[in-house]
Amino acid sequence: MAGPIPTGADALVVDAKDHVATSLRELKRGESASYRLSDEVKRIEVLEDIPFGHKIAIMDIEKDTHIRKYGETIGLATMAIAAGAHVHVHNVESIRGRGDQAAQGGQKA
Amino acid sequence: MSHFNGYARSNGEYGIRNHLLIIPTVICANQVCNRITQLVPDTVAIPHQHGCSQIGADKTRTFDTLAGTGRNPNVGAVIIVSLGCEVVDPYELADNIRATGKRVEVIDIQEVGGSVKAIQVGTALAKEMRLELDTLVQVPIPLSELRIGVKCGGSDATSGMASNPALGAASDLLIEQGGTVVISETTEIIGAEHVLAARCATPEVADQLYAFVERFEKEVDRMGADMRGGNPSPGNIAGGLTTIEEKSLGCISKCGTSPIVGTFEYAEPIPGTGLYFMDSPGNDIECVSGMAASGVHLVCFTTGRGTPTGAAVVPVIKITGNKLMYERMKDNMDVSVSDILEGNAGIIEAGERIWQEILSVADGQLTKAEILGHQEFSINRIGPSL
Repeated sequence: MAGPIPTGADALVVDAKDHVATSLRELKRGESASYRLSDEVKRIEVLEDIPFGHKIAIMDIEKDTHIRKYGETIGLATMAIAAGAHVHVHNVESIRGRGDQAAQGGQKA
Repeated sequence: MSHFNGYARSNGEYGIRNHLLIIPTVICANQVCNRITQLVPDTVAIPHQHGCSQIGADKTRTFDTLAGTGRNPNVGAVIIVSLGCEVVDPYELADNIRATGKRVEVIDIQEVGGSVKAIQVGTALAKEMRLELDTLVQVPIPLSELRIGVKCGGSDATSGMASNPALGAASDLLIEQGGTVVISETTEIIGAEHVLAARCATPEVADQLYAFVERFEKEVDRMGADMRGGNPSPGNIAGGLTTIEEKSLGCISKCGTSPIVGTFEYAEPIPGTGLYFMDSPGNDIECVSGMAASGVHLVCFTTGRGTPTGAAVVPVIKITGNKLMYERMKDNMDVSVSDILEGNAGIIEAGERIWQEILSVADGQLTKAEILGHQEFSINRIGPSL
């Protein structure tokens, strides 16, 4: 992220280890969107509308995968996610800050 | 530019503003303080909800926040308005602030005989003290004296990819000059604490950082709720941030790449120079108020969703990487770095733009929040009201 982001890409992958790209404009279902991964520009078919700033899967992701952005884990896939799908709260949950799970654990014990 | 102009305080510190601050020790004194500020121009009050029915560390935190705000070098003199029967001791507060050498006066509403008399006494004092402060002449101050807070609020996906890394580049420039940067928001390093811990100057500092996070996460466990929805907030989620981990990983870049030399508790004085971490919630106003109480001169605040808030005694510079929001909310934004995501500016170049704004604001240029009269203030609570 040290240099300028070249223009012309529709989405940006922050780190080469990431499962997702972040959209730099609203992406429409059915279009072929370009995304930048380091020095390369690649393309992906957009499976559903993705608002500006939201994430698109750039590969098929299995359920329970630790999803990476910034090269780090941002959460857990709660279902299988296809390449080109919108990655957000409907298919990813936090691993941290889960007082709800702590409460359930407490009841079981 | 190696200097900026500001106000020399008798304890050797320098202020970039010259406020006359009116502090209520307790909520019951808020209205008297508000009336005094209405009657005397160029005074600022910090009305708040606390100061009574508090005990232990919670009471101490309220005291420390009020005292630190009074001690902030941007404040030239202080009037404390007390009801007379509250938990926060106005005379102890006055002595704490007087240790900096500035003039502090105390008004006790019960003793002077009610609101009208307290407003009369306070207004006369405020006029006299304001005139005194206005005789101060500005002096050149080296950049190494400057202390800034870095904060993000109303974040979206542009925060982590544009405005926070650009602010990080500006933070690095201040550290290079020998200055001080405070990053905070313990909640918003959850999931990214290992990245910051790796940058801590000693293992002890890293342990303290982990201890802050553990303490916070235990509180979330105690509440028995998923923190998502509270943080990331509904607006963060609408802006594309899915989890606290994602938000945190985007947040931490705002403090640059320098080593973290130490940590300190909310509203405590900054222990030295360099990059520090202060324990605090991510809540915008509580965090910025804690930073001001710790002694920062100004706060750089990135936002993607857009937020108008300022602070009572420190200028708050609003920075955004979201072009659509910038066009909608120019009234509230000081710096746009949205050209980063358009591919028209690098992080370092955008960071230089923020750095120039920091220097201008330190030198006296008003921020949008100051022009609009934003003087938000709130105190972090860590205990129940009794």
